[in-house]
Amino acid sequence: MEPHYQHLYEILAHAQGYIFPNEIDLQWGILIVVYPFITGLVAGAFILASLERVFKVKILKPTYQIALLTALSFLLVATMPLISHLSQPQRAYEIMITPHSSSAMAIFGFVYLWYLAVVLLLEIWFDYRHSLVVWATEKTGIMRLVYKILTLGVNDISPRTLKWDRKLGYIITVVGIPSAFILHGYVGFIFGSLKANPWWSSPLIPIIFLFSAMVSGIALIMLVYMIVSYVRKKAIDLNVLDSIGKYLFFVLILDFTLESLDQIHRIYEAEESFEIIKLLVSGKLYLTLFVAQGLIGTIIPLVTLVFLQFYKHKIRLQKTMYFIVSILVLIGVYSMRWNVVIGGQLFSKSFSGFTSFKVGLIGLDGTLMAAFWLILPVGILAFLLWLLPPWKMVKEEDE
Amino acid sequence: MGNEKIITSRRKFLKTATALAGATIGYTWLKSSQILLFAAKPKDESLPWYGIVIDIQKCIGCGNCAKACKNENDVPLEPFYFRTWVEQYTVKNDGSVIIVSPNGGIDGFKQTVPNEDIFKSFFVPKMCNHCSKSPCTQVCPVGATFESPEGVVLIDEKYCIGCRYCVQACPYGCRFIHPVKKVANKCTLCYHRLKKGLAPACMETCPTGARMYGNLRDKNSELVKFLKEHTTMILRPHLNTGSKLYYNALSSEVR
Repeated sequence: MEPHYQHLYEILAHAQGYIFPNEIDLQWGILIVVYPFITGLVAGAFILASLERVFKVKILKPTYQIALLTALSFLLVATMPLISHLSQPQRAYEIMITPHSSSAMAIFGFVYLWYLAVVLLLEIWFDYRHSLVVWATEKTGIMRLVYKILTLGVNDISPRTLKWDRKLGYIITVVGIPSAFILHGYVGFIFGSLKANPWWSSPLIPIIFLFSAMVSGIALIMLVYMIVSYVRKKAIDLNVLDSIGKYLFFVLILDFTLESLDQIHRIYEAEESFEIIKLLVSGKLYLTLFVAQGLIGTIIPLVTLVFLQFYKHKIRLQKTMYFIVSILVLIGVYSMRWNVVIGGQLFSKSFSGFTSFKVGLIGLDGTLMAAFWLILPVGILAFLLWLLPPWKMVKEEDE
Repeated sequence: MGNEKIITSRRKFLKTATALAGATIGYTWLKSSQILLFAAKPKDESLPWYGIVIDIQKCIGCGNCAKACKNENDVPLEPFYFRTWVEQYTVKNDGSVIIVSPNGGIDGFKQTVPNEDIFKSFFVPKMCNHCSKSPCTQVCPVGATFESPEGVVLIDEKYCIGCRYCVQACPYGCRFIHPVKKVANKCTLCYHRLKKGLAPACMETCPTGARMYGNLRDKNSELVKFLKEHTTMILRPHLNTGSKLYYNALSSEVR
């Protein structure tokens, strides 16, 4: 026996019931769990930012730039888990130059680039341009050069031009909202359109992905806002938290309803895959579905958020609770990604058995790598917040 | 006068532009609906359009097919990863079904259920269904998987990026990632042999003639005759994969 087959023999020994002989190893591991989690954070963070801008939710103003920069930090990394999970990563560019028109996956690169280049980068640039021009004159040395380059040579800060900046930024935000929906709804479609897999194949999956994306994005912005305020030694505005908390509550309710609807539909229709899926959720997915996603990630946060709308006594306690809620929600959404991606591969398409999955620590498809792709955006965000501090931006006169 | 001319030409331009834009949008819409509706059709009338028949009543579970396939096609000689394999179904008197395929059936089968508990037992050879609406071809993001003009689903190994979407998309579990080549791998119906007029290795070696391939377009072929005289069934018909692998005497327990 060759050594690289060793782990497969171990899995073979742990397989339950009957699996097709080619189903021994999972095709998509932890990296593909991380990938929809990251794109979800991007879409969710962006949608929260757009709320402020398009619907003029003034109270969320302190989180606007934070949300945009968070979205950008995670979006920059979003393709990395995808590329590093390929068996032939050096051929990844083929997906861009010879996309296969009937493949749902083929369009990802274009959706991604549209979102990155047309929506996020442009919106941030228009938003920051005035400040960039001012910073370029204030700073000295290398930073002056950096800001100068970032202005892309557009140094006009006459009121008329600045008005245009705002106008164009607004238009991009309006275009950006459906783009964010497309970006993540599309990620859901990659799974939802596979008729071979009854755990994935559902027209509700893209919508569920979208709402869970918003849930995770909103929770992340809440968390980042608190951490950034803490690091800057500034007071956390409880009104901001209450306001984000309200959005989080409503979106989480919708998300929970949609996911429940999906499951109730499955149970009531009870198609040929029902028995194996029943075994899946009550067995291998019990902890991650009912405990992590359901209880920790949904029920406890929902109850706490309701409680926080009424409880207005100890400010410190309220803030701590928001902090914990945001982390719990993120854990919940991560578990949801796990349940979809890993759960969908644990049962055999013969509907007669299960394979097993053990995440390795090292290697391109291991836990450390996945953790790296999750931590890297945080580093990028810290850098972006240092480079483009929202709190040092030049105030617009008419605001 | 001059002004009027400009206005007329502008109107003309706008008309043409609108028509062109409309045509483009219309064409794109039609084209995209074709993209959404995925199916391979025989293009070259002079070429055969291959179909396969597996007669379950003839299979004795010797596993020679799986063995021959591994030898012919450089499939890892492990008890996992198969381009073709044989499953043993045992339906017990209490209605429960036991399915096994130890080493794909290469080492033969042993019946572990006592005779008196068995309602019925049979062997089901499995291989790529060479679907005409093949879900695996549909999802390949780069087009590395394609259907040959003869309707055989093939993979370009130098082109596959190893995203594994096709493995997920196959409802029959017929695809795997080759552990050495690191690209998707599957039954080619021994395309290299077909091109030389030879039968696929599994069919060549089958001692009972349980497997048959042939030209679905040739109404006089053995295959079409068989399909006419027998009631055959494909796997997972509700998925509408356009499977071209027809089973004779397929029991309802088989998936």
